[in-house]
Amino acid sequence: MEKQELKQLEAKAKEIRKMTIDSIGYLGVGHIGGALSVVEILTLLYYKHMDTSPEEPKRKDRDKLVLSKGHAGPTLYSILADKGFFPKEWLHTLNKGGTRLPSHCDMNCTPGIDMTTGSLGQGMSAAIGIAMANRLDGVDKKVYLIIGDGESNEGQIWEGAMAAAHYKLNNLIAFTDYNKMQIDGYVHEIMNIDDLNAKWNAFGWFVQRVNGHDFLDMDMAVERAKRELYRPSMIILDTIKGKGAFFAERRLDNHNMNVNYDTAKEACRLLDQEN
Amino acid sequence: MMNQLEMRAVYTQTLIELAKKDERIVLLEADLMKASGTGIFKNIFPERTFNMGVAEANMVGVAAGLSAGGKIPFSDTFACFAARRAYDQFFISGNYARLNVKLVGTDPGIASEYNGGTHMPFEDIGIMRNIPKLVVFEPSDPVSLKKLVEKSASYQGCTYMRLHRKPITVIYSEEDEFELGKGKILKDGTDITLIASGAIMVAEALKASELLIEEGISAAVIDMHTIKPIDTELILHYARKTGGLVTCENHQQINGLGSAVAETLIENYPVLLNRIGVRDEFGEVGKTDYLLERYQLSAGHIVSAAKTNLEQRKKLELIQI
Repeated sequence: MEKQELKQLEAKAKEIRKMTIDSIGYLGVGHIGGALSVVEILTLLYYKHMDTSPEEPKRKDRDKLVLSKGHAGPTLYSILADKGFFPKEWLHTLNKGGTRLPSHCDMNCTPGIDMTTGSLGQGMSAAIGIAMANRLDGVDKKVYLIIGDGESNEGQIWEGAMAAAHYKLNNLIAFTDYNKMQIDGYVHEIMNIDDLNAKWNAFGWFVQRVNGHDFLDMDMAVERAKRELYRPSMIILDTIKGKGAFFAERRLDNHNMNVNYDTAKEACRLLDQEN
Repeated sequence: MMNQLEMRAVYTQTLIELAKKDERIVLLEADLMKASGTGIFKNIFPERTFNMGVAEANMVGVAAGLSAGGKIPFSDTFACFAARRAYDQFFISGNYARLNVKLVGTDPGIASEYNGGTHMPFEDIGIMRNIPKLVVFEPSDPVSLKKLVEKSASYQGCTYMRLHRKPITVIYSEEDEFELGKGKILKDGTDITLIASGAIMVAEALKASELLIEEGISAAVIDMHTIKPIDTELILHYARKTGGLVTCENHQQINGLGSAVAETLIENYPVLLNRIGVRDEFGEVGKTDYLLERYQLSAGHIVSAAKTNLEQRKKLELIQI
């Protein structure tokens, strides 16, 4: 990755992070923690790797993304609005009655959302199905999947892990947003999922582990995953829950928290002051 | 000897014919391909057949993904697993996402026979009826099976079908037409109407109507193959015509066919309804003939319910006078 491209991605991530803090702050409550831990990976995918088509969201032969941790929808909405799937004004309608931007991703509400998610574990299977359909149709595009670490408690994740490897879905590139926290506390205290690398390896996936806020590391991992010939890919992202919002970062109560709009605006100002 | 055909063979053949014409048709199984009898489909369309192993939740979720990718997935497993184990996946990934998953539950109710209580779904229609806009149906013979599966494939949206796998007597002719949501009148009658669904109970209802003739009672018989949406028009027509109804289902009385008919009647044209169905009980092992008696579902019980209905109506008429 060129230095300039890296700078652009970092600037874009800051913009997406601010838009996300703003939309949740405007509403006053939301899943801020898990939304902010996936800002970098979604930015990397949507601004570098994915062939999307804002003018034709239903186009079949494009890359698709299933955000299985559907509660991180607000981050994806910021990106989709920025890319022109819908007007940016919609971001202030988040979760309001009649909105097209519900807390959890809904493919029938929001242009650019590729799968309805919200019941944890289910995006895993859906992404597998989309990857299978692509293969049947000879569509040479990737399916990207983002699951949570708490979500990895779900049995369906491991049913899917078995199936994707069995069907050698090398067109499926998955990420675990390993921010180490779930609703009730630290993942290792609530329901330990370690050794995550060993688990995905044992299931037959191509496993990589990188810093989920580092574009260079993640970019190289995605490039390697794209070249994999037989195995589905799992890229475990070490992330920080609530990353970049001073009032939420690393706080155990940040899964779904009240956010004062002035505080949200202050967080955005602080982000602007960073280099 | 009446012509019998194995239902699972008819189902598989119908899928094969559909798949030849429409490349979007795909099949998913959860290690019950031998039971569903769909092996022939796999032989012809190996790349369009996915055995997902003993993992029903993942199977139904993957089916939803295939649908999101433009396919028309038929997804089979025993009805107990289809309904209970994969319910949230079918509900959210299939129905809530407005996708196009054709879920098939085999061995409904007492058809599970020797697999017994763990495998005997008396509640699948009930929980499926609660999914908004879902079409819930249960063919009663090989002809209606073939035609309703064709209708399900061309319908845009999720469907749930109860499939009896075993040999079943043909009751319709190839010329009969079927629509999802429209019941079929098998026999007209004037005194009472028997509304039944599924291979076992439609056959019992037809037997019961013959027994009732011997007692001078003229019973209409309706094959209500689609439980949701229920054919309101047909129910009300026969409520007015015969003044009393008996529903016959291989399912709990709670929230099944009888409930759907009762809901229709009570809001439009209340007449006396008696319900043949499982009375708030779990399943158990046994052959069909034993279980028909054990759960009071047989033709004899339908006859008794019909006579009770007529007697009660007489008493009510006396009170009204």
